[in-house]
Amino acid sequence: MRVLVIEDDRETAHFLQRSLRESGHTADVAGDGEAGLAMAREGGYDVLILDRMLPRRDGLSVVQTLRAEGARTPVLILSALGEVDDRVRGLRAGGDDYLTKPYAYTELLARIEALARRPAPEEQATRYSVGDLSLDRLSHKVTRAGEPILLQPREFRLLEYLMKHAGQVVTRTMLLENVWDYHFDPQTNVIDVHISRLRSKIDKSFAKPLLHTVRGAGYMIRDGAD
Amino acid sequence: MTALIRLLSSTPFRLTLAYMGAFVAAAALIVGFIAWRANDLLTNKVVETLEAEITGLREQFQAGGAERLAAVVAQRSSQPGSSLYMLIDATGRKVAGNLDRVPAEIDGTAQGSIFSYARPGPDGTRVSRLAVGVPVAVPGGLILIVGRDIEDLHRFAGSMGQLGLWSIALLSVLGIVAGLAVSRSVLRRIETITDASRTIMAGDLSKRIPLNGSGDELDRLSENLNGMLARIEELIGALREVSDNIAHDLKTPLTRLRNRAEAALARPEGAACYRDGLVKTIEEADELIKTFNSLLLIARLEAGAVAESMGPVDPAAIVADVAELYEPVAEEAGMTLETSVAKGLRLVVNRELVSQAVANLVDNAIKYSADERRPRPTDGVARPTIALSMTRVGDAIEISVADRGPGVAPEDRERALQRFVRLEKSRSRPGSGLGLSLVAAVARLHGGSIRLEDNAPGLRAVLTLPLRARAQEVTRAKPAMSPFLAGARQRAQ
Repeated sequence: MRVLVIEDDRETAHFLQRSLRESGHTADVAGDGEAGLAMAREGGYDVLILDRMLPRRDGLSVVQTLRAEGARTPVLILSALGEVDDRVRGLRAGGDDYLTKPYAYTELLARIEALARRPAPEEQATRYSVGDLSLDRLSHKVTRAGEPILLQPREFRLLEYLMKHAGQVVTRTMLLENVWDYHFDPQTNVIDVHISRLRSKIDKSFAKPLLHTVRGAGYMIRDGAD
Repeated sequence: MTALIRLLSSTPFRLTLAYMGAFVAAAALIVGFIAWRANDLLTNKVVETLEAEITGLREQFQAGGAERLAAVVAQRSSQPGSSLYMLIDATGRKVAGNLDRVPAEIDGTAQGSIFSYARPGPDGTRVSRLAVGVPVAVPGGLILIVGRDIEDLHRFAGSMGQLGLWSIALLSVLGIVAGLAVSRSVLRRIETITDASRTIMAGDLSKRIPLNGSGDELDRLSENLNGMLARIEELIGALREVSDNIAHDLKTPLTRLRNRAEAALARPEGAACYRDGLVKTIEEADELIKTFNSLLLIARLEAGAVAESMGPVDPAAIVADVAELYEPVAEEAGMTLETSVAKGLRLVVNRELVSQAVANLVDNAIKYSADERRPRPTDGVARPTIALSMTRVGDAIEISVADRGPGVAPEDRERALQRFVRLEKSRSRPGSGLGLSLVAAVARLHGGSIRLEDNAPGLRAVLTLPLRARAQEVTRAKPAMSPFLAGARQRAQ
C-alpha cells in the first residue's frame, strides 16, 4: 500500500514513515499543504494521511481541492482539534475518516488499512463470508456451517462491520464509531463485552474460532488458518 | 472646582443647555414678532387718525378759509385728549393750537416725524412727552401741524419689551438651574457605576453596581452590567477551576509516568524490564490523554462552543441506544439494566454529548454497584437493578439513573462540595474522575441541570434537559457552577 503523509511536524512525519515501512507499506512525506497537494495530484497513492493544520495550504483546503478535481483517494484527517464540530467539518470537506491527536499508531494503521481496502459503494457485496460463517446483508441472516445463528440487530451490525473488514484489524474506537455512531470514549471497555457476546454466539460451539483479539490493537475476523 | 467643570461638561448638562438655547431663541422670536406686529398695528392706527383729522381740517379750511380753520383748531385744542395741533402763519407766529412751539424735529420738513414736547403734568410741572406729528401746508402761507401724543403707547411698548426680556432671562436661569440639577443627579448615578466598574477592573470581580430599585433605564443598565459581570466571574471561575483541575489531574499521573520510566531505567535486568516499563508508560500516557481530552471538552462546553452541531433528536432513542450499549456490561457485572422511556418527544441537543452524559451516568452506576464485593447472585435470586428512565416533567425531560450501590452519604456529599476533597473509598477507583463533571457541563450547555439524590439505598442521578432549546441564556443567567463538579469528582473517581 502506498501512503502519502502530509504533515508539517518532521518528527511525526518520519515516525509515521518509518512505522508504515515496518508494517510493510511505502510512505512518502510532504511537509506542507501545497507540496502535499502536488504529490497527491500525481496520484498512485492508496491513502492520504493529512494533517488538519498545515503551512501554505490548510488541510481542509487540500481535501476540498482534491475532491473538486475528482480524486477519490481515501483521506484520513489527523487533527489536534477533536471536538464534534471539527470532525463534522473535516468529513464535510471530503475526508473519509478523522483521527484526533494524540493517537496510537495501531489505531492509525487499522484505520488507513480499512480505508485503503474500502470498496466503492456500488461494489459492496450483499453477502460476506469468512470460513464457514456467512452473513446476508439483505435478508439479515447469519449462518455458520449451515446452521442459522440468531443475532440482535446491533450484534448483526457489529458482525457485518467486522466481516466487511475481514482480515483487517478493527479497533474498538472504529467499532464504536461505525456500529454505534459514538465518537466519545466510554470509560469502561463496553466493546469488549459486546464482542465476547458475539463471540459466544458465532464461535462458542465451533472448533475453529473466527473472531480474534489482536493484542494492543483490537479485533479481527478471519479464517484462522494462519 | 473640577466637580463643577465636570458637571458643566457633562452630557445631560450640555443637552439641557442646547435645548434651553433653542427654547429661548424660539421664545424671543415669538415675543419679538408679537411686539413688532403690535407696534405696527398701533402706528397704523395713529397714522389713520392723523390722516382723518387732516382731511377733516382741510374740509373746514375749504368751507370757511383760514379763520374757520383757526377757530376749529382752537376749539379742538381746548379739548382734553391726545390730539395735538398748531397752526402758524407765514412768519412763524402761532395762530392757534395746544403745542407751545414748532417741534424742532418737524420744523422745515415736509414729512411727519416723532417729536417730543412739553406738557403740564398732573402736578403742574411740565413733563416731556413723545408725539407724532405731520406738517400740512395750508394755502395762504399757513402751516398746520397735526399731531398725536404717543407717550402712553411708547411706555406700554417699552414695558412690554422689558417684560419679554425679563421673562427670557428668568427662563434661561431656571433652565440652567434645572439642567444642573438633572445633570447632577444623572451624573451622580453614572459616577457610582463608573466607580464600581473601576473597582471591578482593579480586580474585585465580586463587586456589583448598586441598584436604586427604581427600575429605570440606568437601573436596567446596571442590572445588565451586573449580569455580564456575573457571567464573567463565572467564566473566570470556570477557567480557574479548569487550570486547577489540569494542575491536579495531570500532574499526578505525569509524576507517576516519570517515576515509572525512571524506575525502569534504573533496573539492571535490561531489555525485558525496559519493555515492561515502556508498556506501562504508554498506558499511563493514554490515561493522561483521556483526562486531558475530558478537561478540554468540559472547558469548551463551559464556554458554550459546540452549538453548531445541535439538532433535533428523539431522547428516547438516545437513552435506548446507551442502554443497549451498556446492557451487556451490566449483565456481566451481575446486574440488570432496566430501561423505561417516554415516547414521541423531541429535543434540540447535541446527540453525541447527551449520549456521552447518559453513558457516563450509567457507567458510574455500574461501576459503583458492582464494586460492592457482594457475591454474584445466582439465577433465581433477584439481581441488583440499575434503573434508567426518561420521563417528561413539565417543559423538560428527566433522564434518571438509579443504582442500588453504596450511594453517597449526605454528610459526604456536603464535604464533597469542597474542591479536591476525595472520599477515602473513592481513591482506588479507576476513571478520569471527570465523568460527572462532564455530565454537568453537558447539562448546562443545553440549559439543563444534574442533581444527585438518595435512592434509598443507592444513588439516583437525575439529568434534566429543557424541551425548548433556550440553552445558553438560561445557563448564563445562573451563576455558581458546581456543587456537582466536586460531587462528580468524588463519585466518578
